[in-house]
Amino acid sequence: MKNSGHRTGKPAKKVNLQGKTEEMRGNTGYCPDPGGVGLVKTRYYTFSEPPDTLILKSGEKLGPVTLAYETYGALNKNRSNAILIAHALSGDAHAAGCHSKTDKKRGWWDFMIGPGRPFDTDKYFIVCSNVIGGCSGSTGPTSVNPKTGNPYNLDFPVITISDMVDAQRYLIDSLGIDRLLAVAGGSMGGQQALQWAVAYPERIAGILPIATTARLNVQGIAFDVVGRQAIYGDPKWQNGNYLNSHVIPAEGLAVARMLAHITYLSEASMRKKFGRELQTCHKEADFITDFEVGSYLRYQGESFIKRFDANSYLYITKAIDYFDLAEEYGSLENAFNQVEARFLVLSFTSDWLFNTAQSREIVNALNVNQKDVSFCEISSSYGHDAFLLPNPIMERLVAGFLNNLRN
Amino acid sequence: MNPRVKRISDRIRLDLKIIADLIQPHSRILDLGCGQGELLAKLMENKQCRGQGIEIDDQNICACVEKGVPVIHADLDEGLHDYPDRSFDYVILSRTLQVVKRPDFILKEMLRVGKIGVVSFPNFSALSVRAQLFFKGRMPVTRNLPYEWFGTPNIHLLTIKDFKMFCKNEKMRIRKQINLGSERRQGVLPDFMPNLFAHLAIFKIEMKHDENE
Repeated sequence: MKNSGHRTGKPAKKVNLQGKTEEMRGNTGYCPDPGGVGLVKTRYYTFSEPPDTLILKSGEKLGPVTLAYETYGALNKNRSNAILIAHALSGDAHAAGCHSKTDKKRGWWDFMIGPGRPFDTDKYFIVCSNVIGGCSGSTGPTSVNPKTGNPYNLDFPVITISDMVDAQRYLIDSLGIDRLLAVAGGSMGGQQALQWAVAYPERIAGILPIATTARLNVQGIAFDVVGRQAIYGDPKWQNGNYLNSHVIPAEGLAVARMLAHITYLSEASMRKKFGRELQTCHKEADFITDFEVGSYLRYQGESFIKRFDANSYLYITKAIDYFDLAEEYGSLENAFNQVEARFLVLSFTSDWLFNTAQSREIVNALNVNQKDVSFCEISSSYGHDAFLLPNPIMERLVAGFLNNLRN
Repeated sequence: MNPRVKRISDRIRLDLKIIADLIQPHSRILDLGCGQGELLAKLMENKQCRGQGIEIDDQNICACVEKGVPVIHADLDEGLHDYPDRSFDYVILSRTLQVVKRPDFILKEMLRVGKIGVVSFPNFSALSVRAQLFFKGRMPVTRNLPYEWFGTPNIHLLTIKDFKMFCKNEKMRIRKQINLGSERRQGVLPDFMPNLFAHLAIFKIEMKHDENE
């Protein structure tokens, strides 16, 4: 078993962004949470120091690499009850519980993780890992480049979903886990789950790709293109070198987030939440926050810039867009030819970004290979965000599926 | 629970048991409209079969997943175009033929993706059904056909004779026919005027191949 790295207990060295960090969207409830996993701490694993350097898909070497992660529950004696949870674009390692008693919000998938919850911490050892390229404690463009002593910025190498997964593999190795009971994730987390299945087929018993795709459709790519354009069109972006001048392309990043946020909701959920309501009864020349939906999106954008880095956003959305198992393996059928795990694929009726057709594509390719696959299109009006919100069918399916996995 | 519903669910178990006996061990099976996955769970456990269910109801899908039965959320009326030819040993259609929009289409699809088809359906020409229509002049409601005319999911009711004629026209060979009696006369009936006496029929069918083949 590889255990070349060490636990620094510290996040990847990085230049501070302005403002305090804030928990991610989609979580529910305040702290503390008596029924959940309780107080938790983010930990950091550093590896990929020469000579055992991580080689990226691009051929470039990246090291040292730090990954932020959290764990919940206990690893059993056989080390057979570990489940890896991968997060979405703007997520982080904090999937459940609270960091302090006064936290405003719990981890982003708190309702799914805990004693008696679908990812039952009485039965399973849950690991939630951050991704490389990110800005939530793992090595990314804001980290210090050991060669220069300055932040990487755009010198950070291009990363892919498969690089994220390879980095997580180091973490899983270091935890002494040979075989994972399952890998689960929604959206980009689901892409990671699929990548785990094809890259390490012998190491996983179950895969749960939720609201995800094996190749994002062109409509999804188009939204990401515009989001990236908003960032690099912001003069404060300065070709990615903004960290040195202590101003960030806040406007660009906020607009990118606002646009993306629309794609996470459905028309129905927006109508229910805001309708056509105006903030004020007059129709003055307030072009920004006159509609309620506008001020909501504005708020989403503004809170996002406090916790997310613009360059990370560019790198990670690019990884999402480039992920294409069909292209990489000739066809999706070929990609899944060697997988051994059982699959539970889930989509949501109102999710038009990672829509049901994209999930069915995964299911069909598995079917052609006569793999063990279950699929459900879950009724929900919450759009792509549905996987981050409590849903009895999703919870029952995940719990039932995990309960039948044997490692 | 409505006592009538309870009796029907007992009855489902009987015909599922008979269907299970028609299946060879270690087969690959597709169950169309698999419900809560009882039949597949039984075949996977007792006969080491590899099963796959198709189901439209999300609560039923949950029940399948909880049993460890692989199940796919789909509408049979859309066909089985995602499944390659002859990718299953058996395709089962249990008490579902009469609810689909195009029974002819689904039967052909069954024998495209599977080598053998197993079909069960309530026989609309059973004596008690005929009697209700003849004497009462009303749409029959029986234990096998428990719905009033306005709320029934059964949109293509058929008789044993109808099914046999269909098979003949479509060059499908009937390898086995099992006739089940009414609730009171439990079990398999002798092969005597089944179109009049059987309340439920189970057929094992396959495609006739050209003699040169």
